[in-house]
Amino acid sequence: MLAHLNFSSIFAAPNLQHLVWGLQYTALLTLTSWLLAAALGTAMATLRTMGNPFVERLVAGYVAYHQNVPMLAQLFLWYFGFPTLLPDSAQTWINAHGGEFIFASLALGLCMAAYYSEDIRSGLRAVPHGQHEAARSLGLSYAKSMRYVILPQSFRIAMPPFINHTVVLFKNTSLAMAIGVAELTYTVRDIENQTFKTFEIYLIGTVVYLAISLSLMGAGAAITRRTRIAAK
Amino acid sequence: MLDILIHNSHFLLLGQYPDGPIGGLALTLILSLTGLAFAFPLGVLLALCRVSPYKALSVPSAVLIYIVRGVPLVMLVFWSYFLVPGLIGHLVSAFTTLVVTLVIYQAAYLCEIVRAGIESTPKGQTESARSLGLGYGATMRHVILPQALYNMLPSILSQCVSTVKDTSIGYVISVQELTFSAQQINASLLTQPFQVFSILALTYFAVCYALTRCAHVIERRIARRRASGKMPDVRSVINDSVFQS
Repeated sequence: MLAHLNFSSIFAAPNLQHLVWGLQYTALLTLTSWLLAAALGTAMATLRTMGNPFVERLVAGYVAYHQNVPMLAQLFLWYFGFPTLLPDSAQTWINAHGGEFIFASLALGLCMAAYYSEDIRSGLRAVPHGQHEAARSLGLSYAKSMRYVILPQSFRIAMPPFINHTVVLFKNTSLAMAIGVAELTYTVRDIENQTFKTFEIYLIGTVVYLAISLSLMGAGAAITRRTRIAAK
Repeated sequence: MLDILIHNSHFLLLGQYPDGPIGGLALTLILSLTGLAFAFPLGVLLALCRVSPYKALSVPSAVLIYIVRGVPLVMLVFWSYFLVPGLIGHLVSAFTTLVVTLVIYQAAYLCEIVRAGIESTPKGQTESARSLGLGYGATMRHVILPQALYNMLPSILSQCVSTVKDTSIGYVISVQELTFSAQQINASLLTQPFQVFSILALTYFAVCYALTRCAHVIERRIARRRASGKMPDVRSVINDSVFQS
């Protein structure tokens, strides 16, 4: 069967260019939503440790919502629903500046922040309480003991699930095609419509996704190995 | 928002049924249940292959699992939707396509959960079973699997939540499930997307949150049983292989 494959029309100039652009969008979307998710996730996990019951409940509600609603529904709510709440001028501005990409980043980032905050929280809980007390009695402030003592340890413990969810985030960027972001999956479908080389183009798309996912998993495993705290 | 819900509740719950095909939330639940009914045994089977001492079983299942975990569900759905009919020579309904894809996808994740369960069962359990004269198969069937599945019940339940959420992918191949129904309602109303999609999100939330709570209750019950000494201790697993989506 492989002998009948014909990649020439896919690798012709305009299609190849499309594919590269699609890949760039996927990479950019992964990056922007990852930054948002990692920052917000860390912030929420830290806030939760401060023991304020109101904050605690707020974050728990945030996490529950984002973990129990499908990514696609969240994307639709952000992209189709949210702009109607804004004034007309803001809507026009967003439409003129690539709204679909902005909302895809937002939806993905906010959703994955919930998963990241849970990963980090379980990491924080795994650090013995004595570490905190020791840091405080050495004269470090709350912020400093977090920054230098607690967080570095919990990041290590939280690393494996964190990597898993990063792969999930990367894979979920493909859903942005449903709101018209021209990322890799969208491009693959587009080229398929133009060339009818269904098998070939899906093969390429799948191999690209697989290669990046496996690299992420491999890099994650390497980081985990290298930063592992030696057993006591 | 309430009037949208009242006017479209039948469509959201059942689709065009009884005048047409069943859809909406009912179809989402049918998809999830059918998917899980097949994915669970397949997942256990894959896990048994994955931990088996025979390379001929463990290598192919590992390859399959890495491929399924490394590719977005949307891509897998497109593979089944566009390519399978060509390969087998006749058309397959979108519903069947989605169910088959979901089964393979969820089975890969369930397999990793079951595998983590098997691997975290204390070695002494296998050793005592074997020294009592049980064969490999009987050890798995009567000693290891019952413990592994019990201990992994919370993870298995949260995988059920993922299945319910993943059925929303049916939207991209026009399966009339909940997300697709909401999109149709939105297309006919045009002016209230925020309300329509809020209803969509809240409906999913109600179903999935109930399942999540069940998982928490069971998790606590297992922890309590273990603390009271009725269960053999299981060493803690840092699941670098249990994925969630």
